[in-house]
Amino acid sequence: MKFTLKIWRQRGPNERGGFVTYSVDEVSPDMSFLEMLDALNQRLIATAEEPVAFEHDCREGICGSCSLVIDGVPHGPDRGVTTCQLYMRRFADEKTITIEPWRAKAFPIIKDLVVDRRALDRIMQAGGYISVNTGGAVDGNTLLIGKDEAETAMDAASCIGCGACVAACKNASAMLFVAAKVSHLATLPQGKPERTRRVMAMVQAMDREGFGSCGNQYECEAVCPKHVSVRFIAMLNREYLRSGILGTKMPARSDPPHGESY
Amino acid sequence: MITLDPNVPAGPLEMKWDRRRFSGQLVSPTNKRRIKIIVVGTGLAGASAASTLGQLGYQVECFCFHDSPRRAHSIAAQGGINAAKNYQDDGDSVARLFYDTIKGGDFRSREANVYRLAQISTQIIDQCVALGVPFAREYGGQLANRSFGGVQVSRTFYCRGQTGQQLLLGAYSALCWQIERGQVTMRPRTEMLDVIVADGHARGIVVRDLVTGRLSVHTAHAVVLATGGYSNVYYLSTNASGCNVTATCRAWKQGAAFANPSFTQIHPTAIPPIGDHQAKLTLMSESLRNDGRIWVPVSPSDRRPPHAIPPSERDYFLERRYPRFGNLVPRDVASRAVKAICDEGCGVGPGGQGVYLDFSDVIRQQGIDIVRERYGNLFEMYERITGENAYEVPMRIYPAPHYTMGGLWVDYNLMSTIPGLFVIGEANFADHGANRLGASSLMQGLADGYFILPYTIGHYLATVNSPPITEDHGASRAALERVKARLKKLLQGKGRRRTAASFHRALGKILWDHCGMSRRAAGIRGALEAIPSLREEFWRDVIVPGSGEALNQELEYAGRVADFLEFAELMCHDALHREESCGAHFREEYQTEDGEPRRDDDRFAYVAAWEYREGETPVLHKEPLNFEFVQPTTRSYQ
Ligand SMILES: Cc1cc2nc3c(=O)[nH]c(=O)nc-3n(C[C@H](O)[C@H](O)[C@H](O)COP(=O)(O)OP(=O)(O)OC[C@H]3O[C@@H](n4cnc5c(N)ncnc54)[C@H](O)[C@@H]3O)c2cc1C
Ligand code: SF4
Ligand code: FES
Repeated sequence: MKFTLKIWRQRGPNERGGFVTYSVDEVSPDMSFLEMLDALNQRLIATAEEPVAFEHDCREGICGSCSLVIDGVPHGPDRGVTTCQLYMRRFADEKTITIEPWRAKAFPIIKDLVVDRRALDRIMQAGGYISVNTGGAVDGNTLLIGKDEAETAMDAASCIGCGACVAACKNASAMLFVAAKVSHLATLPQGKPERTRRVMAMVQAMDREGFGSCGNQYECEAVCPKHVSVRFIAMLNREYLRSGILGTKMPARSDPPHGESY
Repeated sequence: MITLDPNVPAGPLEMKWDRRRFSGQLVSPTNKRRIKIIVVGTGLAGASAASTLGQLGYQVECFCFHDSPRRAHSIAAQGGINAAKNYQDDGDSVARLFYDTIKGGDFRSREANVYRLAQISTQIIDQCVALGVPFAREYGGQLANRSFGGVQVSRTFYCRGQTGQQLLLGAYSALCWQIERGQVTMRPRTEMLDVIVADGHARGIVVRDLVTGRLSVHTAHAVVLATGGYSNVYYLSTNASGCNVTATCRAWKQGAAFANPSFTQIHPTAIPPIGDHQAKLTLMSESLRNDGRIWVPVSPSDRRPPHAIPPSERDYFLERRYPRFGNLVPRDVASRAVKAICDEGCGVGPGGQGVYLDFSDVIRQQGIDIVRERYGNLFEMYERITGENAYEVPMRIYPAPHYTMGGLWVDYNLMSTIPGLFVIGEANFADHGANRLGASSLMQGLADGYFILPYTIGHYLATVNSPPITEDHGASRAALERVKARLKKLLQGKGRRRTAASFHRALGKILWDHCGMSRRAAGIRGALEAIPSLREEFWRDVIVPGSGEALNQELEYAGRVADFLEFAELMCHDALHREESCGAHFREEYQTEDGEPRRDDDRFAYVAAWEYREGETPVLHKEPLNFEFVQPTTRSYQ
């Protein structure tokens, strides 16, 4: 197979970027999309040209590294897959394919197709955890968790933190990501004690990072490689409302360590 | 000169860990605040260690080359994690998990370490539940279990097909909490390129900021490496593309002994390789062997599609050779059997590299819905990659490099031969001997990180109390210079022709052929000749475009390939010297008449720990393995 690729190239965070056209041939339909880019890069390197920078690691749809907008769609034309799980047999021969990075204010471009997604980590740091110390946990079967609850938590916890939902959203909102994280912990009994503080802290962090607000268009769900459902956004909204009503005596930030001994 | 003191506490097996915890000195809370610890790696081992150390009050600086700690390769583990909970009441116990692991490792691991791992296993599950890990549950709300290869009890805990991601998210969330509290400073997209050793102790590391290219020195009271395994030395493996040997290899060159480097696990159930373009091999979880039956046509010339081959003309070779364990034999045994049958010409699919993993019986007996519920995501993954529907035609599988039992040598306290340098997770050699059983790496990583290292490092810090060295200390400057020189060498050179990947692929082929699933002296000697010349060519011809002052993925990759080229030779020395077959190390010269490995306890019941010597053959040191509590037997699964 043969393709024409229009790829976004940008040398650095503060440089201007633009599309560069490459043609690739001898593409096997069994190649993954990233292997097709590998082949292009091998060709570029051999002529001392800088290869196209893009992110990848596990190449099996779980680490959330890969992040390409393909013909305008994050993770490309197939539903429920990441870019690394996309195979060339999916494309018509001799097609022109446009490849861009995630585009969102909160995800500045580092180089070519690589963006900085640390904003998602910072949202997690604001409250995406259960604060228990190591050691002293009770037996895992002490808490009985019904299969349905466990499955719901697992559905939410499947989020791989790729950020495609943000890239797909007109407002670059991170609602689906935050909803997945909040719902995972709010569904489980272990997560209940901190749920009021957690949702507040995470939503505040999301706003701080410059993500937009949710316009209920659900493009996020359509591109999510793990089928994280927008019903979790409804759950997030409920959690947020509940937290607002109950108010929170707990501070949105956690205490400094050994606070009393300073 | 290296001395290997395993440092195992005396006394009965069950008491050793308690004794060590009690006898170890503690660091007072006020002193902890003044102590800084560097943790490299944020997989299960690194994230659990960094978060726990932070929680204890140490100042932790944590590094990973990924853009986020959550993306460490642990995320990809599918199948599950073992623990001796005996929730199924099927005869499991700490002693049995201990015995299974020792036997699974073919009696090449340290008893005391393995026993401790089995003891701690139950705490890990509790800790993970407390952190919100959504383990699979029964209808009544209790934790569910599945079986894994090499054992006869059901002790594996799981979260659908993404146990690794869920456990890592648990550890990552704990890490996030400590980052928020200011106890851990996280430095993502930062690659460690050397260790700093001053006055015989590890006191820091040199890193490169992968975005700006800036090199910097970070010093601390102790350094922990949790940098994972090196299966990517084979080029194609089930590992993520970033997995590497850089951190451990550089530590080896600074004086840390490397143990059993040739003990590498080839996993039986990966999707067969199809072409040169391929960047990785995809694992199909071992849990599939619970219900799938492995077979090939009896006759090598049989080219009929699988459903047209009647049962009488199929060879269910694992069930035939190993009636007691059948399709659930350990990985090394299964992989070797698959390779042998393919070498006999019975393999199926392109190049005869593959055997069937067939679900038609279980689908007939239990219904397609049950199979879909258990393995739906794996079947989907298989179809996406191969274009075939495994509910209708059997899967095809073939072995692939997957895990490395070898790693830096550590004592019972998880400290390497460089005092102050601790090594945890897949990066160390401990616990799995010559072969690892399924679902036991996640267990080891979390045992090391949550429960063992935080204790043992305290004793070191309490007893060795020297102030941190400075960034311009001689040792820091020397390490920085080493790194600079190497990067410069990679980047210079006009008119060069070959890509790093082409060297990597060539190296992978040499190792796969001669230091892979089966090995013989002549082949390994050949590899020992081929590798140095390939390495020379690499340094002469490798082409790395761009500069060192910005994000340069090819520079990162070329640096890793350079380390693989150095390290591969060490693997071959180790494989050559071990004149026996044990676990995953199968020397063709040492086998029984029916093709089973022949172990030699008289000559080789030891850990082989190799010392680096510049420009010379590495020097072998031996840690004898004394079996006080179990009697090594012939490892039989027949
Ligand atoms: C596909 C697959 C499935 C698996 N399934 C299972 C399973 O079901 N059960 C099981 O028990 N085991 C399984 N394993 C094995 C298990 O996942 C790994 O052995 C384990 O996760 C390793 O964890 P770790 O913390 O030691 O290292 P890793 O998770 O590999 O983490 C390494 C860390 O070190 C960092 N790092 C590495 N080098 C450097 C450097 N030079 N500088 C800075 N940072 C660095 C990385 O960024 C990363 O954060 C599986 C493995 C694979 C490949
Ligand atoms: S919700 Fe889906 S699209 Fe968004 S980060 Fe998670 S996995 Fe990616
Ligand atoms: S590379 Fe890991 S999800 Fe695509």
